[in-house]
Amino acid sequence: MKRTFAPVTLIVAAALAASPVLAQKKYDPGASDKEIKIGNINPYSGPASAYGTIGKSIGAYFKKINDDGGVNGRKINYISYDDGYSPPKAVEMARKLVEQDEVLLIFQPLGTPSNSAIQKYMNAKKVPQLFVATGATKWNDPKNFPWTMGWQPNYQTEGYIYAQHILKNTPNAKIGVLYQNDDYGKDYLKGFKDGLGAKTNMIVKEVSYEVTDPTVDSQMVQLQSSGADTFFNITTPKFAAMAIRKAYDSGWKPAHYLNNVSASPGSVLVPAGLDKSVGLISTQYLKDPTDKAWANDPAVLDWNAFMKKYYPDGNLADASNFYGWAVAQTLVQVLKQSGDNLTRENVMKQAASLKDFVLSAALPGIKINTSATDFAPFESVQLIRFDGKQWVRFGEVMGK
Amino acid sequence: MNKRTLIFIAVALLAACALPLVVSNYRVFQFTLVLVYAIALLGLNLLTGYNGQISLGHGAFYAIGAYCAAILMDKFGVPYWATLLAAGALCLVVGFLFGLPALRLEGLYLALATFALGVSMPQLLKYHHLEKWTGGVQGVVIVKPNPPFGLPLNPDQWLYYFTLAVMIVMFVFAWNLLRGRVGRALIAIRDHHTAAEAMGVNTALYKSLTFGVSAMYTGIAGALGAIAIQFVAPDSFNIFLSITFLVGIVIGGLASIPGAIYGALFIQFVPNIADEISKAAPWAIFGIFLLGFVYVMPFGVAGAIRLLMARIARKAKNGPHTAGAPMAGKTQDSSHTAG
Repeated sequence: MKRTFAPVTLIVAAALAASPVLAQKKYDPGASDKEIKIGNINPYSGPASAYGTIGKSIGAYFKKINDDGGVNGRKINYISYDDGYSPPKAVEMARKLVEQDEVLLIFQPLGTPSNSAIQKYMNAKKVPQLFVATGATKWNDPKNFPWTMGWQPNYQTEGYIYAQHILKNTPNAKIGVLYQNDDYGKDYLKGFKDGLGAKTNMIVKEVSYEVTDPTVDSQMVQLQSSGADTFFNITTPKFAAMAIRKAYDSGWKPAHYLNNVSASPGSVLVPAGLDKSVGLISTQYLKDPTDKAWANDPAVLDWNAFMKKYYPDGNLADASNFYGWAVAQTLVQVLKQSGDNLTRENVMKQAASLKDFVLSAALPGIKINTSATDFAPFESVQLIRFDGKQWVRFGEVMGK
Repeated sequence: MNKRTLIFIAVALLAACALPLVVSNYRVFQFTLVLVYAIALLGLNLLTGYNGQISLGHGAFYAIGAYCAAILMDKFGVPYWATLLAAGALCLVVGFLFGLPALRLEGLYLALATFALGVSMPQLLKYHHLEKWTGGVQGVVIVKPNPPFGLPLNPDQWLYYFTLAVMIVMFVFAWNLLRGRVGRALIAIRDHHTAAEAMGVNTALYKSLTFGVSAMYTGIAGALGAIAIQFVAPDSFNIFLSITFLVGIVIGGLASIPGAIYGALFIQFVPNIADEISKAAPWAIFGIFLLGFVYVMPFGVAGAIRLLMARIARKAKNGPHTAGAPMAGKTQDSSHTAG
């Protein structure tokens, strides 16, 4: 063997970077008199890189907070890494943030797979995995995972609310359900059934599809022939568009509830046909900054000014930028409440003690509430109906 | 193996053993991944570098190995070290079977066939009839092993030493395989298929066996990777993983055993460096690194180091005579590069 291993040691040595920073006594790692270190993991590359803008808009908001004097006099030091939507990379980045950068907490890591990958680690290390960016219900499990908390209304909450609406308005409905056969679809279905409670027999037909299926036509025919007059559509955008069109073209025309995942006019309703989408019912919890109804709303004006100054490259039509701005404010509130007691335990305690916290970005009447046994910040949503041009809010804010 | 090489290996091993004692746990974890990737890259290098068969689907074998370990540990309570044997055996069989029909395919067509395997794997893992084992989209969470016999190590350090030991065994095995008859046959098939056959080499058998052994290496790496990450999910094993492996062996050096280590260091650390340089376009930065490496080191890192060592050795030999005569040195250099 003529080739040698010697240079490996050199490369190994060169790959080692700065040693960890020493923490102050008064605080947990990542917090000091001067700054609070916040970690974040986002897919800046890879299949979900469209969401990467959330990480940037959060960073822009923290910069604004720092320019305004910081949180209780401390600047936010925001460290965000790319995981390319890959779970192993997310684990590596979470370890880097916790062990090397020594952040106080990890905020808004994005994606169900990435969060699943780091959940056990974060809880073993007792570092907050705060306000994760996914709609799965499993983040609300304070008993088993007291260091993990969600943020947006989860799938079960939403399903529950549709069920409530049906029970109230059409108690004799015969319901057909189409759902995607994975954890997301089942999450919605569970919430929906919980909402129906003793009346789950209102569901006359339940069919599923695989992401790999070419169409959902045969499922739609089954639902129609079951005699259902109400349709809960738990599908991702491509299949949602197909189902909406089929429900209309086949002459079925049921009362049609569409999950919020596919409520986007651009990617679902336009391909399905706007005329065929009239009367669809879905939900919202944040304001839609592109909706003209909010053009003069103080929150949307604030956001526009913020984007112009701190994130001028950001797309104003991209709801993710609005979302990032909104969720960052929630964290700032938690940090404010934590005062000078910036331990991980206290941050988690404060995150679990948000009482009727009103976010200007949220729709009127929708508030954030958490407690030691409730790790689901948003639990109410606003029903919306499509009028052929846009979504229109109706009825009261509904909660679980 | 000459004396100098042995000394180098001994020093490298000592450095590798000392590493977890001097760096943070996070770094230990990263270097564990480097060792894992090195095993996977060595497997792919056996196939591509030594035998000339291009695979764009080795991520699939990595996934099979990872899932094999995860399912055995999570559902059947098998100890982690035993899962390596199972993952290796399973991948050996799957790789051999896949290699049989793939034999009829040459070059780019084989690349396409393996590509098909690589792209389909994440979706196969989501298949709902397998869900009770694979956990579907949710994946499987596994527990990190603790050091045995009350060794004074933390789990990260223990896993690093464990992986290092496995890697050494795998490397010695590959070295043994390649330096003799089998190695010569593999290279002969790569360099001149017909001539190899005329010499009496059973090309069909050798090629499928190489595919199997290569898959076995990658599968064992996958199992180790799963244990280190403590989580498997279909999204961890997309087609990009397969391409990353190919990048790793080319950068590290084709047909080179230590090249697998250089390649592993590259695929582990360069994406992180790129991310630190630019959030807006990390892959563009990665691309620049890649271009730089390919341009500066056309034979991979291992090739560049080989040339450098040869040059230093010759300088040392001719030192007293050529020291005062730069012209002579220059001629020698250029003649060497040409060769």
